[in-house]
Amino acid sequence: MSALLSVAGLTAGYGGVPIIEDVNLDVAEHEIAVIIGPNGAGKSTLLKTVFALTSRSSGAVTFSGRDISGLRTAQLVPLGISMVPQSRNVFPTLTVDENLDVGTYAAPPGDKDAVRESVLSLFPDLRDKLAQPAGELSGGQRQMVAMGRALMSEPKLLLLDEPTAGLSPAYLEIIFDLLLNIRKRGVTILMVEQNAKQALRIADTGHVLVGGKNFVSGTGETLLADDSVRRSFLGGASA
Amino acid sequence: MEMTGLLFYLVSILIAGGIYAILCLALNVQWGMGGLFNAGIAGFFAVGAYTSAIVTTAVSNRHLGGFDLPIPFGLLAAMLVAGVTGWAVAKICVRLKSDYLAMASVGIAEILRLVIVNEAWLTNGSLGISGIPRPFGDLVQGRGADLVYLAMVWLCVLLVYVLCQRLYVSPWGRTLRAIRDNEDSARAAGKDVDWFRLQTFVIGCAIMGLAGALSAHYFKFLSPSATEPLLVTFLVWVMLMAGGSGNNKGAIAGAILIWFIWSATEILTGRLPPEWITRSSYIRMLLVGLLLQFVLQRYRSGLIPEKSPKLRSD
Amino acid sequence: MIDFINLYLVPGLTIGSVYALGAVGISMIFGILRFAHFAHGDLMTIGGYGVLTAVWFIPIHPLLLLPFGMALAIVAALAVDRFFYRPLRQLPTIYTVIASFGVALIFRSLAQLFWSSGNQVFVPGVRPPVVLFDTFRISALHAQVIILTLIIAVALHFFLTRSKLGRAMRAVSDEPELASVAGLDTERVVRWTWVIGAALAAAAGVFAGMDTSMHPNLGWNLLLAMFAAAVLGGIGKPMGAIAGGLIIGIAEETVTYTWFGGEPLISPSYKSAVAFFIMVALLLFRPQGLFKGRLL
Repeated sequence: MSALLSVAGLTAGYGGVPIIEDVNLDVAEHEIAVIIGPNGAGKSTLLKTVFALTSRSSGAVTFSGRDISGLRTAQLVPLGISMVPQSRNVFPTLTVDENLDVGTYAAPPGDKDAVRESVLSLFPDLRDKLAQPAGELSGGQRQMVAMGRALMSEPKLLLLDEPTAGLSPAYLEIIFDLLLNIRKRGVTILMVEQNAKQALRIADTGHVLVGGKNFVSGTGETLLADDSVRRSFLGGASA
Repeated sequence: MEMTGLLFYLVSILIAGGIYAILCLALNVQWGMGGLFNAGIAGFFAVGAYTSAIVTTAVSNRHLGGFDLPIPFGLLAAMLVAGVTGWAVAKICVRLKSDYLAMASVGIAEILRLVIVNEAWLTNGSLGISGIPRPFGDLVQGRGADLVYLAMVWLCVLLVYVLCQRLYVSPWGRTLRAIRDNEDSARAAGKDVDWFRLQTFVIGCAIMGLAGALSAHYFKFLSPSATEPLLVTFLVWVMLMAGGSGNNKGAIAGAILIWFIWSATEILTGRLPPEWITRSSYIRMLLVGLLLQFVLQRYRSGLIPEKSPKLRSD
Repeated sequence: MIDFINLYLVPGLTIGSVYALGAVGISMIFGILRFAHFAHGDLMTIGGYGVLTAVWFIPIHPLLLLPFGMALAIVAALAVDRFFYRPLRQLPTIYTVIASFGVALIFRSLAQLFWSSGNQVFVPGVRPPVVLFDTFRISALHAQVIILTLIIAVALHFFLTRSKLGRAMRAVSDEPELASVAGLDTERVVRWTWVIGAALAAAAGVFAGMDTSMHPNLGWNLLLAMFAAAVLGGIGKPMGAIAGGLIIGIAEETVTYTWFGGEPLISPSYKSAVAFFIMVALLLFRPQGLFKGRLL
């Protein structure tokens, strides 16, 4: 089975200084893939480059067998890729309902109401907040709005940049459960995570990035058991 | 044109060019060094002009006067009052984004114009103030006086240039440019960014006041409609951009270059057929507006781009 | 009291309507393109002259020829964005502000070249007022301006909250980067911002020109009050800008009313300073305005 997303030899950075160099990564359909690594390893940059938010210097990105390396972000959404950025990921003065609506503009679905229903069934807490400006919600609720907005375009691949950043431990569980639910609906997930241990527990594949380069990749369990990975990123004690 | 006529035309161009050079140096302190956008140059210019006029003229029942002080006092008073006005504006806006400073400076220029036009007891309103003295007015007259004035203006240009250069290379100037280039790290390093900006704005406005005073004493007459105020503000901006912002030599070079071009267009449009002459000033304004766009897109760093001063090895 | 309404309140609402329509464009451009558009007043002037010219060819009521003025202003706005503002978009926005200063001068000199620098009236002669209930004397023009502005305000509100484009514009105004991430066509939003801003500016220009007369400095003279209105309403809040405009218009007119004894609060010659002082007070104490706009 060929990969849904394939990254080959990707190099990118800002102003001539590469932040990621020669990175390779494959994401299989329907899997949850996680990118972990120390601060400054280039994890976010990798995600942003895949989504054309940062320009690449060399390498290629393939999606569903199609070379998307030269496309702009606005062209990627109709192809079936969505992203949830780490910060500033909702439109604060727009209501929750309007936030979700905006998610359909680049890739209008056949039956908008059905899609909306489906997304709201994932985030039942949002149902009674539809008329509230998104900026007034708590961090965790905002994260749900952000994810909901990204799901409104019915993506095949969902990119998430540190979805649990700044959230309380209670929300950690909720978010990871949500991701499993989303995957159950047929969406492939590629995410960057700082909470490496818990992320690897739900991951099918983990990719460790160090200093902008591939360090090691493997299944979630393998990496959790790997000594070098454990010591460096998982705080030493076995999972 | 006979030779002496041409020569004295050149003298008048150089006098005006010198006054513009001073304005440019002032704007360079505010924008080039401080990153502050002042769109109300004409207002501070006018404040300086009127202050000096009021302070140096004889008693008159048409406007405030009678202090009859010597010209140097007038120039100093002009700088003081213009500086204080600048302080008031900057105090309000210095913390906010540059767009707000731009709006406020346009506003204050307009308010100042209203005051000048309406407070006739102070300024004789639209009729203006006349009889403003020239230096050595009793000794030299006519064209000789113009030569004397030329020397005086360029002496001021030199003094202002030396002052601005000193500011530029001083620790104060370096901090200022650090703030201009990266405000956050300057703040993190403990610099009181607002205070620096305030000082910058005040110094620039004071120098603009000086330029206004020099203009008043040159023309010996002052009125609110003498020059289209917006044009003055605008020309100075074009001059600084074209000459090289952040750079004192560039400020002077830009002033001279653009003023020569402007004066040349005046001569050229003077030769147009009569129906076009009335429109010539608008054509020239249009060209200056387009020139600014061109300079902004292509030659932002100007003729003489900014070079960091050599650091003295300690 | 009747005098107050006839001679101060209604004219205040009228000039306030002009400010409101101009301030909406300024607020939207501030919100979406993130810069103070110094050429907005002159865009109003261009729109006004467009209708004036149309009236010369088709001598009917100027308000019916509003689309001509709007078309001219829209073309002018899109042209200057394409040739003067877009090339500077990647730079710090202050450069675009400087460019807009230059565009203001360009518009003004073009107006002086094409239409002459004097005053030109739309309809010569004095217009008799409309008398309502035997007491209110309102000029027909003032009534038309106020009513049309209210209609435009309501339409604008529905556009921003119900339509796809309106929501997209609010989204880009809120978070331009997220809008890109969501796949929105930001250049299209920018184009429509200019279209709507220019159309409203043209309307404001025609209203102002009909109230007094058309002259090349018409828009520039009103610019400061419109900036103040935009700040008052909250940057990026178009409906707030409308409220801000009306408030400033009323404040300007009523401040010359003889509240105490026989003296007005401020001499009428300083009327235009009122907007400035309101703006200064806002910048000092509440820069986010009435409706909590962006602070830039």
